[in-house]
Amino acid sequence: MFDVEKIRKDFPVLQQKIYGNPLIYLDNGATSQKPRVVIEKISSFYSQSNSSIHRGVHFFSEQATAKYESARITVKEFINAKHVHEVVFTAGTTASINNVAFSFGEKYIKAGDEIILTEMEHHANIVPWQMLCDRKGCKLKIIPFDDNGELILEDLEKMFTPKTRILAVTHVSNALGTINPVKEMIKKAHAYNVPVLIDGAQSIQHGVVDVRDLDCDFFVFSGHKIYGPTGIGVLYGKEKWLEEMPPYQGGGDMVRNVTFEKTTYNDLPFKFEAGTTNYVGAMGLATALNYLTETGREEIKEYESELTGYAHRKLGQVEGLKFFGTSTNKICILSFLLDGIHQYDAGMIIDKLGIAVRTGTHCAQPVMDHFGIDGTLRASLAFYNTKDEIDRLYEALLKVKQMLGS
Amino acid sequence: MTLNEIQDEIIEDFEFFDEWMDKYNYLIELGNKLEPIDPKYKNNGYLIEGCQSKVWLRTELDQGKVRFTADSDAIITKGIVALLVKVLSGRKPEEIKDADLYFIDRIGLKENLSPTRSNGLLAMMKQMKLYGLAYYAKQGESKK
Repeated sequence: MFDVEKIRKDFPVLQQKIYGNPLIYLDNGATSQKPRVVIEKISSFYSQSNSSIHRGVHFFSEQATAKYESARITVKEFINAKHVHEVVFTAGTTASINNVAFSFGEKYIKAGDEIILTEMEHHANIVPWQMLCDRKGCKLKIIPFDDNGELILEDLEKMFTPKTRILAVTHVSNALGTINPVKEMIKKAHAYNVPVLIDGAQSIQHGVVDVRDLDCDFFVFSGHKIYGPTGIGVLYGKEKWLEEMPPYQGGGDMVRNVTFEKTTYNDLPFKFEAGTTNYVGAMGLATALNYLTETGREEIKEYESELTGYAHRKLGQVEGLKFFGTSTNKICILSFLLDGIHQYDAGMIIDKLGIAVRTGTHCAQPVMDHFGIDGTLRASLAFYNTKDEIDRLYEALLKVKQMLGS
Repeated sequence: MTLNEIQDEIIEDFEFFDEWMDKYNYLIELGNKLEPIDPKYKNNGYLIEGCQSKVWLRTELDQGKVRFTADSDAIITKGIVALLVKVLSGRKPEEIKDADLYFIDRIGLKENLSPTRSNGLLAMMKQMKLYGLAYYAKQGESKK
């Protein structure tokens, strides 16, 4: 039985007061809060058994290595990967995409080749590919979206040419909340022998992701958005690609043998994990994933879906409020503007009422350009938010309207 | 009044407000009252771009004093802009270049001038002081 009040007690930060008001944290799309088990995991590791991994013969080092590799197994099971060595730990989504753009680009991309993205990508899934285009002379093709915030896929098949090398698409739009039909897109791309990278930064914390069922070639996500620590993320890649791709960065642990004449690289996944990895982050991430599994991922999804519906209905009652991202298939992200009111003014007032929302372009300027706006207010929910908090946001928006005379 | 006397007066005004919303209401009022920038100058040439809100700033030297006119697309930002204009406009270049703008911190708006806010205000304040410095340097040259 899903009990939100019980869950809220697991998150120490939610008990805070901000400017004298109980904190209402609705900026989960930027980062999520951490359950006590994650905080304690990190704290107890540092206070009781810290040691670097894969190096020492001593007791602590062996223990740390075992925990790190056990975290990898947890991730593998969480996303249902075929092999443990298909899970590479990175610093986060951005690092993962940069890794693929570099390594995949080095191996397979030449001048004149094409990469397909969508109009709703956040900057992390645009800029690394643009940098690749600058290096290799390839070019980007963009799948547009309609005014509901849904990808226009009628012409997708026409976009694939013999020069198309990869399709990189976000699973869920961080600015609009739309859940993209990635499974169908992957199927189409594969029919043209085009591999697909799925940016799961905003999806995996809100639903069950099965990389084998999706059949994606790469899946990337960040630890800190899924109730884990910052500075840790995952790059899942099918074995075939990871084997063939050259490493991204050089340094300790990614090598087998080093001489000044030649270096041979380590096996997967270590080939892509240069330097001392964020092993504590990996342990924290695994703890967060286990916490979600124990809470019940289907139950979380169901609760969030109900909360999203409630939030749309409630905020929709605010006169002059316009939503951006009105797909019927979306997660708990609500992007909106109040008629005649600058989002930054609204955000500043709401903040003083103890409510954390994000204002601005959400690192997705092309999405804002689509609608011809400078930014939005974004309330991004999580499974620890409540209907009561939505009611307080509603009241806050009325206060904003009253103060700004609209 | 000296530049610091104006700052002290603003600090005194803000001491009346116990609640954040009263402060914001006052800033909104100041923003609405700010002498508007001539629309022909509200273009990219005068834009100080922030990620969150935009600020336009124009300056001219009038009988040895620097006159600022400014605007913002966000009204609370515009209220803070109005305060900066109130303190710095109509001052001699050397006063502007040497100004210690302590009032921002004292009225609790320091966070609005942090680089992470990216609302154009910090850049605007720096720009205003740079104008002061530039006019000061120019005056020095013409005296030579």
